[in-house]
Amino acid sequence: MPDIVDRSVHDGRLALKVVDLNAWYGESHVLHGMSFDIREGEVVTLLGRNGAGKSTTMRSIMGMLPTRKGSIIFNGKEMISMPSHHIAREGIGYVPEERGIFSSLNVQENLELPPVLKKGGLSTQEVYVLFPALLERRNSQGTKLSGGEQQMLAIARILRTGVKFLLLDEPTEGLAPVIVQQIGGIIHTLKERGYTILLVEQNFRFASTVADRHYVVEDGKIVDRIMNADIASSTEKLRGYLGV
Amino acid sequence: MLDVLNISMPMLFGQLTLGLINGAFYALLSLGLAVIFGLLNVVNFVHGTQYMLGALFAWMLLHYLGIPYWGALLLAPVGVGLVGAVIEVTLLRRLYSVDHLYGMLLTFGLVLIIEGFFRWLYGASGMPYSNPLPGGTNLGFMFAPNYRLWVVVFSVAVCFGVWYLIERTKLGSYLRAAIERPDLVQAFGINVPRMITLTYAFGAALAGLAGVLAAPIYQVNPLMGSNLIIVVFAVVVIGGMGSIMGAIVTGFGLGIIEGLTKMIYSEASNTIIFVIMAIVLLIKPAGLFGSQK
Amino acid sequence: MKRTDINTAGGSPAQGPGRFNSSTILYLVLLALALVAPAVLYPIFLVKVLCVALFALAFNLLIGYGGLLSFGHAMFFGGASYITGHAMLVWGWPTELGILVGVVFSTLLGVVAGLIAIRRQGIYFAMVTLALAQMVYFIFLQMPFTGGEDGIQNVPRRAVFGFIDIANDTTLYYVVLTIFVFGFLFIYRTIHSPFGQVLKAIRENEDRATSLGYHTTRFKLLAFVLSAGLAGLAGATKVVVFQIATLTDVTWQMSGEVVLMTLVGGLGTVFGPVVGAAIIITMQDYLATFGEWVLVIQGVTFVIMVSLFRRGVVGEIAALINRVR
Repeated sequence: MPDIVDRSVHDGRLALKVVDLNAWYGESHVLHGMSFDIREGEVVTLLGRNGAGKSTTMRSIMGMLPTRKGSIIFNGKEMISMPSHHIAREGIGYVPEERGIFSSLNVQENLELPPVLKKGGLSTQEVYVLFPALLERRNSQGTKLSGGEQQMLAIARILRTGVKFLLLDEPTEGLAPVIVQQIGGIIHTLKERGYTILLVEQNFRFASTVADRHYVVEDGKIVDRIMNADIASSTEKLRGYLGV
Repeated sequence: MLDVLNISMPMLFGQLTLGLINGAFYALLSLGLAVIFGLLNVVNFVHGTQYMLGALFAWMLLHYLGIPYWGALLLAPVGVGLVGAVIEVTLLRRLYSVDHLYGMLLTFGLVLIIEGFFRWLYGASGMPYSNPLPGGTNLGFMFAPNYRLWVVVFSVAVCFGVWYLIERTKLGSYLRAAIERPDLVQAFGINVPRMITLTYAFGAALAGLAGVLAAPIYQVNPLMGSNLIIVVFAVVVIGGMGSIMGAIVTGFGLGIIEGLTKMIYSEASNTIIFVIMAIVLLIKPAGLFGSQK
Repeated sequence: MKRTDINTAGGSPAQGPGRFNSSTILYLVLLALALVAPAVLYPIFLVKVLCVALFALAFNLLIGYGGLLSFGHAMFFGGASYITGHAMLVWGWPTELGILVGVVFSTLLGVVAGLIAIRRQGIYFAMVTLALAQMVYFIFLQMPFTGGEDGIQNVPRRAVFGFIDIANDTTLYYVVLTIFVFGFLFIYRTIHSPFGQVLKAIRENEDRATSLGYHTTRFKLLAFVLSAGLAGLAGATKVVVFQIATLTDVTWQMSGEVVLMTLVGGLGTVFGPVVGAAIIITMQDYLATFGEWVLVIQGVTFVIMVSLFRRGVVGEIAALINRVR
């Protein structure tokens, strides 16, 4: 029987469990004991102000920070001392903040860069069916795409790899409302197809349209957790946390 | 006009061929230097020494094992690449997180160690390496030594092969991406540390290959690399390290200019590339094909 | 993120006003030791150390306080020694004017080389200075007055100001010590002047210094020229001592040697270059009979220092003292 956590709407298997995660950039201590978890099939957000440690948490999960301590268990496996590429191969797909599109690669090369890690990913053809704009521009330099197209590309290239667990770092940042809606649609589709998603957001209105649960991050710690069902009653509290 | 300068056509073509050959060495070395710098942020001072090692390994293979030139053309670069891999894994790897200047200082130390050792072993005078393609071919406008023709054709082919590999293949796209953001490429599941080792070994092997090509032309001398590397640094400053094709074009172009200078005003042939570097820096500091970093 | 790591070598631990007295005492003790040193050590060895140490101090002014790694400082050191040697031997100039003309030459060469080199930063700066120095090497090699492979030999040791007889090695030592102390104090003043503070600010963050309204290239050029002039002073003094100016002093190996000495002593420390020069010169003296192995051992020293002791001898000691405190 699955243990009961946070009145979770899901009773899926535990996908990711982060316990007392500490991380450093050189001398400066940036994460001070983050603890949270995600069940399979859930969409969970990390909400918080700029510099609260949300993106750092993602980078830390991916092993991209030089120093980290604590415990990161993914599918029952401890990853705290794994190098970055092994973490990815366990089945985690990372969509970085500011999208991480390579300017020296064209769109097709950007799309095919992340190696296929698991069975069941989309083929390049299927990606192009899903994102026809990318097909048209497949020979353009990656960074010549519009912000929205770049975000589609950043998500699309991860869908090719076959991983079912995604880290999306502020996918809506700096995008027009129409594009934000599209991205919301993509996240819904992915959720329906059984993907598990950890999302970093500053925009809680957007987050509330896609997520099951929210963690509030402040000063490198989780300071609150909110069920999406309760978000209407927690609006005032959230405004306080996010300073909006 | 050439008559005024007292230059004969065969002499002109002879110097042009030699200029092309030197240009090929500049191109091969600055290519490797640019790729290594791009991914490792290390100015590989020992690059000239790796060129020397290529020539020396070819000589040793012939001298001790009786393996002829054509075998050495494959084996010597592989040997230099292996030495490079060991250097990367044991020494360079520790320096990626500190100031880039330390990588340059470390590889400078390696120059002293390797050159000093082989000077002790073989002395500072050249050791002849026999020409594997004696004779020449009449091209109509000139009579060209076969071996020099081979070096020009083969090195042009290698340069464009490297360009194709980096700019047009999947493997090359990993390299280009890792030059931009190694952390992200690794977070996609690619073993970037191993890629760095292989890239360094590949750059070193390219230098070694140039060394094998040079052996029959310039003899084999433990000091042949250290003067060359300084010229190659100037070539790299002139071309800018941003572009593979830029490195190739700059390398060949400067080789030809140097060859022509040798004919017109030979006293300046040693310094012409440095003079060009100074002028380029004053007019376009980022280099002809570079963008200011 | 700016790369500043090369300069974190502990600096001068006795800089604060509160420690003014203890540092003054330290300098006085060192000066006293320098004054009595010829009683214990061979004066010509000491003179060599002083010349080379001054060269290293000049180099360190640029890397330690300006963050600029010059890989071509031999052009100033060796260039000045050629000019001084020629002025004294062929033109018959007195010692002090001979040294002066060498310094003037290296300073002017510093202006030209500096104007070209400061157009690039970081490792490019190092490559450009190396290439420029190689160009200067070839020019000297081809100019008839330098005597090619033989160099300029038998430069006379004329009495300084007409009455200080430097034919005597001990007297020579005190003359060179005076020049050295002058150079040392000049650098010390420079580092602690407002100019030195701006230089440090540029080294730490050039963009910020620019945004504060400083013409950073002007400051870097001035630092380069000062460093070139002082390196020339060292080279000019050396030719007076050893009475010979050779090609060795303008080679890239010489440029590398001064980098090594400063690295061994401690980049960006006040005394590091002196300590490094003493260590390397001693090493060379002991190893002179080993021929090519000197190069190998210097190379190994480079690799060990860079891999394990980037702060150098003085920097490591300063760090140790700080830890104990």
